[in-house]
Amino acid sequence: MNKNSNTYIISYAIIMVVVVASVLSIAALSLQPLQEANVIIEKKTDILVSIGQGGGIDDAENKTQFVEEQYTKFITDSYAVNVDGAKVDGADAFKILTNLKSEYDKPVAERNLPVFVSKSETGEMLYVLPLWGKGLWGPVWGYISLKEDLTTVSGVVFGHKSETPGLGAEIATPAFEDAFKNKLVQWNGSDVKFSVLKGAGSSKGNDNAVDAITGGTITCRGVESMLQVCLDGYEKFILEQRAETKNINN
Amino acid sequence: MGKKEKEPMFSAKNLKLLTSPFNQDNPVVVQMLGICSALAVTAKLKPAFVMALSVIVVTAFANLIMSLLRNTIPSRIRIIVQLVVIAALVILVDQVLKAYVYDVSKQLSVFVGLIITNCIIMGRVEAFALANKPWPSFIDGIGNGIGYGLILVAIAFFRELLGAGTLWGYQVIPQALYDLGYANNGLMLLPPMALVIIGAIIWVQRSFNKNLIEK
Repeated sequence: MNKNSNTYIISYAIIMVVVVASVLSIAALSLQPLQEANVIIEKKTDILVSIGQGGGIDDAENKTQFVEEQYTKFITDSYAVNVDGAKVDGADAFKILTNLKSEYDKPVAERNLPVFVSKSETGEMLYVLPLWGKGLWGPVWGYISLKEDLTTVSGVVFGHKSETPGLGAEIATPAFEDAFKNKLVQWNGSDVKFSVLKGAGSSKGNDNAVDAITGGTITCRGVESMLQVCLDGYEKFILEQRAETKNINN
Repeated sequence: MGKKEKEPMFSAKNLKLLTSPFNQDNPVVVQMLGICSALAVTAKLKPAFVMALSVIVVTAFANLIMSLLRNTIPSRIRIIVQLVVIAALVILVDQVLKAYVYDVSKQLSVFVGLIITNCIIMGRVEAFALANKPWPSFIDGIGNGIGYGLILVAIAFFRELLGAGTLWGYQVIPQALYDLGYANNGLMLLPPMALVIIGAIIWVQRSFNKNLIEK
């Protein structure tokens, strides 16, 4: 057979592509359940870390089991809210969380945004709000947990798909995340709910801002606009919830 | 010449294929291939080890498959066939890592995908597998993968030890030493130091292998 004839080359290419494609799809499909389980555990871990209960996860012998146990222990309630601040009936918050991107692709009025609530043994409440936005190279995401006054930040966790290591990727390090602790979110229709300011030390004395990362300006701007867009969707819910808490306290 | 004698599986020739990339013919420090990923994934021992394993698997099977196909491949689309085979193997490795060692696969992120562009793999396929039988090709792939992996692990060993005071995530430098004023060298965690370590490895290696020194 003439190995350099067009017929041979074209059929060779077709057969090769079909074989490779089927091998890859079989592999992808059969490994999918395991990969999805990993993603779920990662999300639960992030939620736990954002409320300050991430200790021991890395040292756990059976990480999956440990995370599940901790999650059931600390996350006492979860629901989804719409842009008017009303709880959506029958919505599974965690299911929405696993596909948060498609939720934010919808128009604002149709979004159902997940809320995770942690009630400690002493009755102290923490509210975890998931975030989704764009960095420099790809998506960035995170979780912000608010204390009972729904204004003070208790903790944040950020993640990213492909930000530059050492620069933008630093958003997912404790050094950046810890700066958010005890800062305040500006609700009440404010244009800027939370700022990430360029230049080391520029957020000093500012309760509503943290310092951006040197060399990671665009990623930090992405984080800032993510906080703006995502928190906007929760605003009505938060304000109502706050009014409720005040009534109870009075 | 009578009947061709069957070569034993691990003949001296085959063993040489396996072991020469460890030192004399090392892909990283002699042929200067695959430096990019050696800089990127060597801040910690564990990702470096997983990366090394992944590359061993890919070089070995890319060589094996290409060698099996070598008499059927039309020479005009040879490079494309190589790329498809290598890319498919890399995607497989990536999927397996995502399923079984999710944390490590997150740390390696794009670099698993970039194994495709690792010159070692295409270099071995093009230079060796297309002209040799499957078994020697397979061994050659394993040898070169290990040669690459050894350097990766060696670099990661020094970077993690000096940069973070840990090995494989376990603290090895005792607290007492820190109390005496010892501090981790944060510079070791940055990619440029990997290049410096590669330089040091080349220096040591050349001082033992004088024949490699370029005149």
